[in-house]
Amino acid sequence: MTVSAAPPDTLTRTHSYRGPLLSLLSIAGFLLVWFIAAEIAQSRLLPGPVEVVRYVFDEAVHGDLLAELGITLWRVTASFVVAMLIGSVIGLAMGESPALDRALDPWLIVLLNLPALVIIILAYVWFGLNEAAAIGAVALNKIPNAIVTMREGARALDPGLEEVARAYRLSFWSKLRNVTLPQLQPYFAASSRSGISLIWKIVLVVELLGRPNGVGFELHLNFQLFNVTAIIGYTIAFVTVMLAIEYLLVQPLERRTTRWRNKPV
Amino acid sequence: MNDARPAGETSQFEIRIEDKTHFGADGTRIPAIRDLVLEVRPQSMTVLMGPSGCGKTTLLRIVAGLDTRFVGKVYVPEAARIGIMFQEPRLLPWRTVRRNIEIVAENLSNAELDHLASAVDIADMLPRYPQELSLGLARRVALARAFAPRPDLLLLDEPFVSLDERTADRLRRLLLEVWSARSTTALLVTHNPREAILLADELVLLAPRPTHVVAVVPILIPQAKRDATVVEEIYADLLKCYPANFATG
Repeated sequence: MTVSAAPPDTLTRTHSYRGPLLSLLSIAGFLLVWFIAAEIAQSRLLPGPVEVVRYVFDEAVHGDLLAELGITLWRVTASFVVAMLIGSVIGLAMGESPALDRALDPWLIVLLNLPALVIIILAYVWFGLNEAAAIGAVALNKIPNAIVTMREGARALDPGLEEVARAYRLSFWSKLRNVTLPQLQPYFAASSRSGISLIWKIVLVVELLGRPNGVGFELHLNFQLFNVTAIIGYTIAFVTVMLAIEYLLVQPLERRTTRWRNKPV
Repeated sequence: MNDARPAGETSQFEIRIEDKTHFGADGTRIPAIRDLVLEVRPQSMTVLMGPSGCGKTTLLRIVAGLDTRFVGKVYVPEAARIGIMFQEPRLLPWRTVRRNIEIVAENLSNAELDHLASAVDIADMLPRYPQELSLGLARRVALARAFAPRPDLLLLDEPFVSLDERTADRLRRLLLEVWSARSTTALLVTHNPREAILLADELVLLAPRPTHVVAVVPILIPQAKRDATVVEEIYADLLKCYPANFATG
């Protein structure tokens, strides 16, 4: 429980005003350093921020940038959903059943240590250069991490609350929704956080190796053309999308699901 | 473990435990209950009283169906609804007080819930989260939750420990009020003799570990008439008859 001497309105002001200002200042500082470096270098290999932003804008209006972002985002979302769903179910099962845990543990360690590239190549070789192979390969890279985190969550479940659910004979779904999942929420959040960043990096590799579109494909194309402006432009565009997801979707959602916490008596 | 009885007798509960042994982490056997037989009279408040660590909680957990590793039989009908109050409130911290009560009693109407909440004096707390409540308030919520499913059997495991005496006393009176308005079969466990005397229709005295029933003492004076002096009188009487059970209190 937080203990704070500050009255509530001061707290709100700190969060809604000073927080973003500092973040924005820090971003502005980075842009300035970049701008100066580009001015000094005067090289095609280090375009300045103005040039990159102009490229992104042009590509968005006249080119394929938005479509490529869209297709990559779809792959990220699909892989994320598949990985979290499968990883959570297996992780929970392993956390609750010691026998299953012992049986699956060696495979988990193998999968954890298998390089992403190997999984991607094998998926393409065995299942062809198609969307399902691409998404499956990305998901398979994330699944073991999700399992490990969710397994810890399942081990930390409160046996006291489990007994409440049993004594009152809660239905399977009621218990899952009201007792189990809320306890797993922090583990799910941690797993999602690290997962989404891992997944989008691997999606680019998958696109580079065997997809005819997406940000990864564009990066590959522009690498062959030595178009650094396009490479930085695409990267920044997609990072912006991910930042928007974090601040506009993930964080508000997290605040909602944890609003029962830190309420002083 | 649960042998269903014919419908006409559902309000009768019978407990026969031949042996219950705990196993310590290093494999040592700790006998907890040996040859315990107990009949719980319908619509009565049966209070189990025994020294700390005698296996009272274990007994209650067996009756609740939370512990099935024992030798013997507990006759609680399969369909019997159970309301339980643990030593700790055990509320779901991520659900409001209202949701905490609703979750265990799906057919409880809003009006009934509000009525129950005002009966235990937590009507204002319904939209709050459990972490905002003091222990005394959280216990009241747990009490309301235990009554919410209209239980056939109400199990209370030392429900008023670690409260100051005034709060505990208020809660005991509150329990009696809510309980007598709903005439439920209740089984309460305590090590506090005065609490036992205040609440019990039938007072069951338990031996130290491995526990069994020493005596069943009916207390005939209605609970409503048991004020401090009456409780002390009964206590003095019982102390004479069962010095081993009442000496420490």
